[in-house]
Amino acid sequence: MNPIAHSPHAHAPISVGRVMALVMLALTPATLSGFWLYGWPAVNLWAVSLLAALLGEALVLRLQQREIKPVLMDGSGILTAWLLVLSLPPWAPWWIAVLGSLFAVIISKQLYGGLGQNPFNPAMAARVMLLISFPVEMTTWTAPQAFARAPGWLESLSITFSGAQVDAIASASLLGHVKTEFTRGIEWQQAMSGYHAPALWGGGAGSMGETAALFLLVGGLFLIYKRVITWHAPAAMLAGVVVPAMIFSAINPAHFAGPLYHLLSGGLMLGAFFIITDPVTSPNTGTGQFIFGLGCGLLTWIIRTWGGYPEGVAFAVMLMNAATPIIDHYVKPRIYGRNRRGVSLEPVKKES
Amino acid sequence: MSNLYARITRDSLWSNNIVFAQTLGLCPTMAVTSTATNGLGMGLATTAVLVASNMLISSIRHAVSDEVRIPVYIVIIATLVTLVDVSINAWAHDLYKVLGLYIALIVANCAVLGRAEAFAARNPVLPSGMDGLMMGLGFTFALTAIGLVREILGTGTLFADAHLLLGPAFSFMEFKLIPDYKGFLLMILPPGGFLAVGFLIAAKRIIDRPRASVAESVQVAAPIIR
Repeated sequence: MNPIAHSPHAHAPISVGRVMALVMLALTPATLSGFWLYGWPAVNLWAVSLLAALLGEALVLRLQQREIKPVLMDGSGILTAWLLVLSLPPWAPWWIAVLGSLFAVIISKQLYGGLGQNPFNPAMAARVMLLISFPVEMTTWTAPQAFARAPGWLESLSITFSGAQVDAIASASLLGHVKTEFTRGIEWQQAMSGYHAPALWGGGAGSMGETAALFLLVGGLFLIYKRVITWHAPAAMLAGVVVPAMIFSAINPAHFAGPLYHLLSGGLMLGAFFIITDPVTSPNTGTGQFIFGLGCGLLTWIIRTWGGYPEGVAFAVMLMNAATPIIDHYVKPRIYGRNRRGVSLEPVKKES
Repeated sequence: MSNLYARITRDSLWSNNIVFAQTLGLCPTMAVTSTATNGLGMGLATTAVLVASNMLISSIRHAVSDEVRIPVYIVIIATLVTLVDVSINAWAHDLYKVLGLYIALIVANCAVLGRAEAFAARNPVLPSGMDGLMMGLGFTFALTAIGLVREILGTGTLFADAHLLLGPAFSFMEFKLIPDYKGFLLMILPPGGFLAVGFLIAAKRIIDRPRASVAESVQVAAPIIR
């Protein structure tokens, strides 16, 4: 005898754990390229961050007297920490990663009731918290160097864990550099001299997983192909950045950066394919997700262009997270047998 | 009779604490508790207003009709707050520069009007004064605790600028707990206020847990007036 169960009786054959595993698989190329570009310190940071998220989540679940294993095994905590660490400076000290992971998992996820209940994307909430609290550590970028030239493993431990000052090739991220030059009134051509244009495989300094736009794009397309995410939100977010950038740089190319620069720099690719497609904190319908993505893109471009911070993806995502309930309120799917206003359709007369 | 005062004291300081149990007066709680000293100063100012307003309102409680009681209470409270405001400006001007804006807001602190409605309007003068004093001290305790958490985590100091509030003799209270602490700005900013209040309320509930199962009859919630 089957036990009596509530509806829904039909289940999709895909579980939370499998979705998370697919997303992690899609993140792997970008992560590996980050490891390649930034060396062992990046690997350390990644490991510390994931470990902190697992331990923190286990601790909270224990305090809540809930089962620990099934929640940890669904992989959402690991994924959150993974996304967070991809958006951190690769040579950041270990406590940045630990504090961020704990904040993401404990305060912005479990305190709201766990997976599915959090109004804000935990990874982005943690990143904003870190950026506001520790502006120095969060904007100390390292120029990428292929694995061979990067410090060895033992040296990397001292970089991550005791904040050793290596003669690191510190460098401003491209977004930060251009922002500074623009505020000094320097024009685009001159600002870019000496800096090479952002590259698809991650040439410039930046967060660990953000610079390799090509690998993020591949991962995102893989997720769309696997139907883990739909095209609405990513396409809308990219359009929300590219369209205003095209218009403004066409009008005044000296003082507004072009679309390609915006598209390939900062956390835009990561945000568009992996952050705003989070099913918990984004709207439920395709149309809603399109509006959501468009808002994220526009806000990102506005913050990058006129805001106080050079990069705005995390702020834009959190602002639009706050707007998600109202988008869901106004964009509802049509109920079967009713029109958009919820009035029953006229029955079709049978012709005998 | 002494039993009554003991109950008032226990309720006000802990089990019916303005911030941690009634969650009233959250605006000053969030706004001024970026350091323990500010919390202490705000708490003491509110205590002064609470004692005086409770006793005044209790002494005129038979003369005021139900229909006009709220405006009457507000006028009394506003007068007292103005007195406190001017006094602090005169005698602790440096503190006033920090707290100035929020002192005037004690008028709108729902806890003051709440105690007037819930206690002073239906009790004799002396217990009302006691209630005001103890509720005020409970509020001071809460604000200082929140300020301690935020200050230690946020800047690594303890009771910074205490000499502004209590006079130069009290500068021994000022500590720099963690040398070379670079600061955790979030705890000083408004989100830190919410986080600190939330975690302290959680801590209170954990402490109360064993007792709550024994004494179910303790009245925790007072009438809430905003």
